Amino acid sequence: MLSFLKDLIASFQEFVFVAGRAFQNIFRRPHYYGDVLIQMDIIGFGSLTIVMLTGFFSGAIIALQMSRALNTYGAASQVGSIVSLTLVRELGPVLTALLVAGRNASGIASELGSMKVTEQIDAMRALGTDPVQKLITPRLTATAVMLPLLTVIADAIGLVGAYLVSVPLLGLLTGSEYWSSSWQVLVYNDLAQGLIKPFIFGIIIALVGCFYGMRTSGGTQGVGHATTQAVVASSIWIFFVALLIDKIFVNL
Amino acid sequence: MPEDVEALVQFDDVSTQFGDLWALRDVSFGLRKSETRIIFGAAGSGKTTLLKAAIGLIQPDSGKICLFGEEITNRSEHALFALRAKAGMLFQESALFDSLTVRENVEYPLRNQQSETPLTEEEMEGRVREALRFVELEHTLDKLPSELSGGMRRRVGIARAIVTEPPLVLYDSPTAGLDPITANTIMALIAKERDVRQTASLIVTHRFQDGELMANFRYDAGTEELVPVPESGGDSTERALTKFFVMKEGEIVFSGSREQLDQATDPYVRRFAKH
Repeated sequence: MLSFLKDLIASFQEFVFVAGRAFQNIFRRPHYYGDVLIQMDIIGFGSLTIVMLTGFFSGAIIALQMSRALNTYGAASQVGSIVSLTLVRELGPVLTALLVAGRNASGIASELGSMKVTEQIDAMRALGTDPVQKLITPRLTATAVMLPLLTVIADAIGLVGAYLVSVPLLGLLTGSEYWSSSWQVLVYNDLAQGLIKPFIFGIIIALVGCFYGMRTSGGTQGVGHATTQAVVASSIWIFFVALLIDKIFVNL
Repeated sequence: MPEDVEALVQFDDVSTQFGDLWALRDVSFGLRKSETRIIFGAAGSGKTTLLKAAIGLIQPDSGKICLFGEEITNRSEHALFALRAKAGMLFQESALFDSLTVRENVEYPLRNQQSETPLTEEEMEGRVREALRFVELEHTLDKLPSELSGGMRRRVGIARAIVTEPPLVLYDSPTAGLDPITANTIMALIAKERDVRQTASLIVTHRFQDGELMANFRYDAGTEELVPVPESGGDSTERALTKFFVMKEGEIVFSGSREQLDQATDPYVRRFAKH
């Protein structure tokens, strides 16, 4: 038990150390802008289809479920407001982050893990390149920038999905009623929450993926293990941080 | 080689442990220009750790290591990058960047040193081609490492290690897992690099033949072939410049010439001698 706790604390310490260096390198030369753009393409554009599909179905499902519940109270016309609040504040950021964690934290961990076990990371160090600067910082920057953008797209597509269910399919309200209620219900606090969350989730996904990738050992089996750990750890961190941010914003 | 010539690598009582296992134990030696050290030892005897410690990829628990005259022990990782880049290293499995082409792999060290040694695109292309010509792989420029055989990857690894013309090259098991013909080709290239550029080399290997070749042959620029060195060598011959280490549990248990290795009586050391 004691050694388990010791390992846990040592791992966290190592994580904080790597994260600190990755942030420090954002302001340090050399800057690998080309790598940042490549990672933005892989993480952002590469995740677009799955994020759009998930956003659409989430919005449609929330609208369908809420319409039943709201009908009970004769408040079916409020469906736009409910969907909008739920998506922008919580489900949009969390679902998008979980998808990107599944897709990219695993991708990053396996890529860096393979590089580690084939000594490519050591080769990079031997050739005079800082692997944190070359590999982690571009992934960190790219994910932190792309995840909020993906979330905005997921939210928008989710609202379209909810519109299609509540207006043409169920006829609960008119199109203009739906759009004006879903827009007017949002305040700056909601938008701030909806953008701060994915920004922090992006940082978590990139750092956790890179951390587990960089500490991979034990050949191909180790790469598989690192990949699984990266997805599990980043998902748990996403929920934990979401709760923390909610708590802060609820008190505001 | 006179003692007053500054060592490119100097180990002084270097020790390090991984858990209860000694990876290096009181290791002391110096390596100067044109010198070669062949390091033998069983798996897990600390050979790779020694190479990695020489350029600061692993920091020892105690002792002092100097690289190009500067102490690297307990220096921050960031402070080591520039110094490390001055040495070349061939990793056991080549460690080529698999997402980059052969050209990009060999070009990598040059681009990395652009701030210190600026080169135009044409000069860089020339250097890359020259290094690949040296290992007879100029035709593979635009291939990915996955398209090459194990021996070819090893040769590209050598090209990447020598493209900046470093005064010191470290080779980690350059012939491991290769057939005897390819292994001899690789060792011939290493000997050629040593003799053409007077490079200092640290070579980790399991094969006695690798040490034999380094000690008994030299590259003849006229015939472009390896030729045997004369038996009665003076101080400056390849034979005198090539020394052998045998490592056991992190310790250098034998240090000497090929002849001394052949005459060794210790059963462990004799495993690496010619029978």
